[in-house]
Amino acid sequence: MSEFAIELRDVVKNFITPEGNELAAVNHVTMQIKNGEFFSMLGSSGCGKTTTLRMIAGFEWPTEGEVYIEGDAQGHKPPFLRPVNTVFQSYALFQHMTVFQNVAFGLEMEGASKDDIKKRVGESLEMVQLTGMDRRYPKQLSGGQQQRVALARSLVKRPKVLLLDEPLGALDLKLRKEMQLELKSLQKEVGITFVYVTHDQGEALTMSDRIAVMSHGKVLQMGLAVEIYERPVNRFVADFIGESNFMDGKVKSVKKDQAVVYVAVWEQELTGVITSKVNVGDEVAVSIRPEKIRLSEQAEPQVNGVEGVVVDSVYIGSDTHLYLDVRGKRIKVWEQNRVSTLDLRAYYQNGQKVRLNLMPENTLVLPKD
Amino acid sequence: MNPYRRSPLIIASTILVFFFLYAPIVVLILFSFNASRISPLFTGVIAKFGPYRLVNENVIQSPCGPFHWFCDLSKNTEVLSAARNTLIVAFTATIVSTVIGTMAALALQRYYFWLRTFSQISLYIPIVIPEVVMGITILVMFSQLFSYLNASLHLVGDAQLSLGLWTVILAHISFMIPFVTLVVQARLQGLDKSYEEAAMDLGANELTTFRRVTFPMILPGVMAGALLAFTLSIDDFIITFFTNGPGSATLPIYVFGLLRRVITPQLNALSTVWILIVLFAVFLTQRLESRQR
Amino acid sequence: MLKRLRENKSAQGTLLIVPTLIFMIGMLIIPLLLTLVVSFGQRGADGGVIYTFSLNNYIRLVGFTTDCPPGVKTCFTSLYMEILWRSLVLGFNTTVLDILLAFPLAYFIARAHPRWRNTLMFLVLVPMWTNFVIRVYAWMMILREQGVINSLLGWFAGLVHVPFKPLGMIYTPGAVLVGMIYEFLPFMILPIYTSLEKIDNSLYEAAADLGASPFRTFLRVTLPLSMPGVVAGTILVFVPVMGTFIVSDLLGGSQVILIGNLIENQFLSARDPAFGSAVSLVLMALTIIVTYFYTRKFGFGEEIVA
Repeated sequence: MSEFAIELRDVVKNFITPEGNELAAVNHVTMQIKNGEFFSMLGSSGCGKTTTLRMIAGFEWPTEGEVYIEGDAQGHKPPFLRPVNTVFQSYALFQHMTVFQNVAFGLEMEGASKDDIKKRVGESLEMVQLTGMDRRYPKQLSGGQQQRVALARSLVKRPKVLLLDEPLGALDLKLRKEMQLELKSLQKEVGITFVYVTHDQGEALTMSDRIAVMSHGKVLQMGLAVEIYERPVNRFVADFIGESNFMDGKVKSVKKDQAVVYVAVWEQELTGVITSKVNVGDEVAVSIRPEKIRLSEQAEPQVNGVEGVVVDSVYIGSDTHLYLDVRGKRIKVWEQNRVSTLDLRAYYQNGQKVRLNLMPENTLVLPKD
Repeated sequence: MNPYRRSPLIIASTILVFFFLYAPIVVLILFSFNASRISPLFTGVIAKFGPYRLVNENVIQSPCGPFHWFCDLSKNTEVLSAARNTLIVAFTATIVSTVIGTMAALALQRYYFWLRTFSQISLYIPIVIPEVVMGITILVMFSQLFSYLNASLHLVGDAQLSLGLWTVILAHISFMIPFVTLVVQARLQGLDKSYEEAAMDLGANELTTFRRVTFPMILPGVMAGALLAFTLSIDDFIITFFTNGPGSATLPIYVFGLLRRVITPQLNALSTVWILIVLFAVFLTQRLESRQR
Repeated sequence: MLKRLRENKSAQGTLLIVPTLIFMIGMLIIPLLLTLVVSFGQRGADGGVIYTFSLNNYIRLVGFTTDCPPGVKTCFTSLYMEILWRSLVLGFNTTVLDILLAFPLAYFIARAHPRWRNTLMFLVLVPMWTNFVIRVYAWMMILREQGVINSLLGWFAGLVHVPFKPLGMIYTPGAVLVGMIYEFLPFMILPIYTSLEKIDNSLYEAAADLGASPFRTFLRVTLPLSMPGVVAGTILVFVPVMGTFIVSDLLGGSQVILIGNLIENQFLSARDPAFGSAVSLVLMALTIIVTYFYTRKFGFGEEIVA
């Protein structure tokens, strides 16, 4: 038994574009996915996450490097010889077969007995709460139901690893959020490794144990959700996950895990934490998340402080989103509405002057790429 | 504003064109009941049932009554033989060209191989060039080939290679393959690759995937291609004209020959029967299609 | 070995295409090449071919022949060029007239209530499914000197006591034109309908909303969007018209000779396969050139697949 469920070692995948150029869809990717974890690959279209998934499944073969499943190198093995199963974005349910036949298909390929098939299909459908639907055709099912059939079809084979390619993309918002939680609990219940591909960062954060953020064929950062969010490794990752305020700055000094940065637009120095190595003189991006800025009426003796004016405010209900003009730069601040009141004076007014307090641990100093 | 109301000009033209389309056909069918044997004037329907009697070139009495010419037709051995030939050619050519065409569609749609461009171009040629050219070139090839082989192998009499049903079948297959390929390709294009990937993901190898998943999904397209091929074969005149030999005439060839010789209402009866069969076949296909949905 | 085949996608594709290639090469490419070779030959005894290399046949097509009045070695006859021209003109006329006839019909059906569209289209296609030769026969019946039209006119003239001489309609270029128009009309209706049907109703509403009269809507919206269908229809009509000989044979007699007739003639009566081959190849070249430039200018109509 290998330490890792899936391992990719320096995998490269090149494609030839219609114009005849060579494009590296996956550009030297190395990752280890642990047994029993919910692992997500996150990135926008074309970042290489789907291609990576397909190489694990066996629909594509790496141009360089190797894919290992449970310690075994897969080489050029076709999909039907690999102990993994895929849930497709479009579900790919066989339209000419019933739900039962769809779910039974994989077991038929294994040569299971009729009774065995009947039993296991029943169990699988029960697990996704679709008991009784076995005689229906995919056309007759709703999007959510089709999605669950696709899940059942893969899970019934009890694979070591389940690969999911943006399975919730076609569902409406409410259903998607429900399914996210269902998938998460399903994974805990069944106990197998899930490798999940998505472009929705909220989805990745909700469900995953660990996330790999990808762009242009490379893995930018891999780690726990909290690591990705609170300590993004560069500006791209910080921008991709959650919301940020960004300012350009130049590093003045570095001490252990902190750096002092001169922000030109405010003509001020800020102290912040660093997540990757930076040197004095580097051009960096200073990132502050909107929820991490504390507003006060008066000046407080803080390390980072700056004054601004409220330009706009949007009442969301649980929060208020404030848009401030801070010395010419537009800054977003999310404030929780902790006190329930109808008194409008309790809420920030346009034109109101406020002081922004930026704690060093909330101020991220990030390399620009 | 009613979006379905059209200007009177359009409605008038539509009716005129429909009239234009159907008038000849109506005339054709009508005259298959004509009493007169030669006159283009409609002298009335044969009313009486009884032994055959001809007065002034008008059939005023016949065992089949108004359907006299149809009965006449059924006794015409040449027609029956031509019909049989037509069906033999059509069925054989359809089956072969459908199989080959489907394989070609799969190859062109899914794979990149050395002769790909060449194959694509050569498949377009029969569709773009006039049928005469295709018929002639095949005739030239066969006639030169036959005269060479007959001479060099010293074949005589019945053993001589000559044009016949088999040359017609070969020619039909050749011009039907591009059409079948086109139709099946269109169907394949709309087929999401992920179905086959799903099947392989679940443990099916390439052959099983094709058998259990791909083929059932392209079957409507294959059937449509086969139907198209069959129709093209039955109706074909020009290519058959240049590749058939004595005794291998198909219905269109037979009719054309008749038209140059003698015209009787029997021809109209033949036309009427043909039209009815076609209508019936189309009706069946529509029924099957809607049932499948 | 199976494993090697699995890996080599290219080989799989090649294997699948082999039967097609056999037929295409054997029944298309080789015949074409052979015809080309024959076209450079000469008329042999008994309708055979003498294989030489001579441009005689092509020169003859253009008009220079040695078959001249006594005393003249080579002279010019425009016979074949006339045939060519006549065929081109017929092709053009048929296409244009078919477009004019097809368009209103296609428009009507395309904008009819969806419930009726399929039925109407079905009605349009029924004549097309009837056999080609039979349809020509129908026109023979109608246009003959003792045909339907003349009989009706004669009968009517008799009623009003007007002397009537039957109209000589058949065996004229007009008859051939009518026959061609009729035969290929459905092939023009279908693609144009397909194009027009794709136009969403809301486009017409939008044009009206923006102030366009029905005529201007037609010019600026309907017509441009119907072009793919018109292009496809043109190709589906023009090419066969150039090549058909049945219509001109049965409806035109020996009065109207087109390229198709010329070719048929060479192979059956005149027994000069070499010359016939040359004419065929010229016809093919002509159609390919016209099709190529036409689709270059107007785009390739995908509606052909319909």
